Amino acid sequence: MSHEHKPVGGPLFTRMFAIALVFAGIGVWVLARRFMYGLGAVSHMSDGYPWGIWITYDVLVGTAIGCGGYAMALLVYIFNKGEYHPLVRSAVMTSLFGYGLAGFSIFVDIGRYWNMLNVLNPAYWNLNSVLLEVALCIAAYIGVLFLEFFPTFLEAKGGPGAAKGFNKIMFILVAVGVLLPTMHQSSLGTLMVISGQKLSPLWQSGLLPFFNVTTAILMGYGIVIFESYLSANAFGRPYETRILAKLAGVMPALLGLYLVVRWADLLMRGALGSAFSGVPALMFWVENILLVAALAMLAPAAKRASGKNLCTSAFVLLLGCSVLKFNMYIVGFNPGHGWTYFPSVPEIMVTLAIVAIEILAYLIFVKKLPVLPAPEHA
Amino acid sequence: MERREFLKLTAASGLLIAADALPAQASGAKELPPDAVGLLYDATLCIGCKACMVSCKQVNSQKGGALWSEGMTAPPYEFAGGAQIWDAPTDLSGKSVNIIQLYRSGSGTAKDDPSGYSFVKRQCMHCVHPACVSACPVSAMKKDPRTGIVTYDKDACIGCRYCQVACPWNIPRFEWDQAFPQIRKCQLCRHREEGKYSACAEACPVGATIYGKTADLRTEAARRLALPAGSSTRYPLGRVDSGRFVESKVARYEQHAYGLHEVGGAQCFVLAGVPFDKLGLPQLPEGAFAAKSETIQHTLYKGMIAPGILLAGLLFAAYRSSQDHE
Repeated sequence: MSHEHKPVGGPLFTRMFAIALVFAGIGVWVLARRFMYGLGAVSHMSDGYPWGIWITYDVLVGTAIGCGGYAMALLVYIFNKGEYHPLVRSAVMTSLFGYGLAGFSIFVDIGRYWNMLNVLNPAYWNLNSVLLEVALCIAAYIGVLFLEFFPTFLEAKGGPGAAKGFNKIMFILVAVGVLLPTMHQSSLGTLMVISGQKLSPLWQSGLLPFFNVTTAILMGYGIVIFESYLSANAFGRPYETRILAKLAGVMPALLGLYLVVRWADLLMRGALGSAFSGVPALMFWVENILLVAALAMLAPAAKRASGKNLCTSAFVLLLGCSVLKFNMYIVGFNPGHGWTYFPSVPEIMVTLAIVAIEILAYLIFVKKLPVLPAPEHA
Repeated sequence: MERREFLKLTAASGLLIAADALPAQASGAKELPPDAVGLLYDATLCIGCKACMVSCKQVNSQKGGALWSEGMTAPPYEFAGGAQIWDAPTDLSGKSVNIIQLYRSGSGTAKDDPSGYSFVKRQCMHCVHPACVSACPVSAMKKDPRTGIVTYDKDACIGCRYCQVACPWNIPRFEWDQAFPQIRKCQLCRHREEGKYSACAEACPVGATIYGKTADLRTEAARRLALPAGSSTRYPLGRVDSGRFVESKVARYEQHAYGLHEVGGAQCFVLAGVPFDKLGLPQLPEGAFAAKSETIQHTLYKGMIAPGILLAGLLFAAYRSSQDHE
C-alpha cells in the first residue's frame, strides 16, 4: 500500500499568516519583559498558584492536542489499520509542533532555566519525582517525533521514494513513539496526586493517570478530525469524510470507558458532595456535560457519516477534555489562604503567541513540504 | 508467541502504566532520622513581638543563609507603604521564611481563645516524608539523612515550582520579582557555625519557640498538653535542653500537637489554644500524599519492567504492521 503526499503550494504570505505574525511578535515582547524583570512582572502566578496557563494550556492541553501522532500511530501501526495511513503524516507534524512548543513553554515558565539541563544529568535525578519522568519522557518524545517526521524532509528533497531506507527502521520509532506518550501522559495525571488536599475531591484521585492518558488519546483523534476539516476548508481541498467517519468510530468506546471509570471513581470516593457549590463545581458539570454530549454525538454511526456533525463533535470532545485538564490543574486547585488565580493579559498573550507560532509553522510546512495526502481524485 | 497473545500482554502492561493498578496504600510511614531536630512553637506563650522574624532575616541574610544571595548589600526587607522604615512582611515570601501572624475573631480581646485572638508562627515544618523532596525532579530539595533538615540547593534547582504545588502548607516561596529567582524556605539555620541553633528560637524572649531534638520536643509538647489549665510551670528558653527556664501560667491547650501526625509527621510542632485550622494550619490526613504519589510511580516503573514489556509488544506489533503495509 502506498500513499502519496504533496505540498499544498500557494502563496505563503496570506492575511492569516500576517495576523499570526503580529500575535507572535506581541508574545516575544512579553517574554523579553519576563526575562528582564522576572515572572511576577508579566504573570498572575503566585506562591499559592505556582502553575498557571503556561503549564496548563501550553503543556498539558498542548501536548494532549499533540497526541494526534500518538493516537494515529496506535491505530495504524499497533492495531494494524493501514487504511488510516494518509492521516498519519500531518498528525505527526501537529504533534511535533504541539510538543516542541510545550518544551518551549516549559523553558519560558521555569524560573532557573539556565539549570534546565540538570534534568538530563543522572547525578541530579530524583527517581521519586513524577515530574522527572514527565520531563525526560517529553524531551525524548520531541526527538522521536522529529525523527518520525524526518522522511517528509527527505521526500521534499528527493521525491516520493527518497525515504525508503529510513522507513525500514520506522517501526522502532513508532513503538517508542507510542510508549513515551503512554508514560508521560499518564504521569501528567499522577503529577497532581501529591498536591493532596489542595486539589478538590472532584479531581483528586489515584486514577488521575488513567484519566489523563485516555483523554489525551481522545484529544489525539479529535484533533486529527478537526484539523482535517479546517485544512480542507482553508485550502479548498476535498473533505476526507469517509475515512474520518470511520476513524471517529474508535472514539465512543474509549470515551464511554473513560466516563464509566470516572463516575465509578467519583461515586466510590463519595466525592459528589463537592459538586454543588462554587466555581469548581460549575466547571465540573461543564466538563462532564461536554463529554457526555460528545459521546451522544459520536455514538450513532449515522451521525458520524455527516462531515459537519463529525467536525462539531470533535470540537465538543476537544473542549470537554481541555476543560478536564484545566480543572485538574487550576480550577479544582485551591491552596487556601485566600489565594486566587486568573491569568494576566500578558500571560494570555504568550499563550496566544504560541498558538500563532503553531499556525505559522503549519502553514509553512503544509505549503512547502509533502505533508497532506494528495487529493484522492487527482 | 502468537501475535494475539502478545498484543494482549502488551495491552495489559499498557493498562498498568495508564492506571493506578495497586490500591493506594501508603508505602510505609517513614522513620525519623537519628538526630532529627526541629522547633516547638507554643502560641499560648507567644507575645507577638516578632523578635524571631528580625533575627531570622538578619541571620539568614548572612553567607549561606536561606535568604542570602551573592552580592546582596542588605537583608531582603519588605517595607510597608512608601516610607522605608521597617520590615513589615504580612506573609511568607521570597523575602521572609519565618513569620508571626495574628488570628482574630469577634472582639478579639481574650488571648488564645477561639473567639479572641492568637498568634501563629509559620515556617517550614521539616516533614518526615516531605512532599517537596519527593516532587523535586533534580534533587534540589533534600532531606538531611542525619538531622532531617529539608534543605534547598539553588545550583540544582530549575525553578519549576513543583515543590510549591506539592507542599500541603505552601511553605516554599519563589522570588517572582527576580530575573534570576530562587526558592526560599526555612532550613533551620543549618548554615550557622557549630553550637549555634535556629535564630528564631534563640531570639524568643518567652520560650514560645524552642529548638531541639525532635524526640525531646515531642516529649515537651506531650508534657504541656497534660498540664491543667491555670496551673504554673517552667518553660525552657532557647533550646529544649538549655537549662534556662521561664515560669508561666498554663493556658488552655487544644489537645493536639500539630505536626505530630499530619501528612506522615513533621519535625516541627505547633501548640495553640485556638483550633489549628483557624490559624491557617489545615486538617490533614495522617498519611503522606508523597507516599501515595510514589506508590503509583514505583508500581508503574519498578525496574522499568512494565514499560519494557509494553515496548517489546509495541515493537512486535509495529514491525508486523510495517511488513503488512509494504
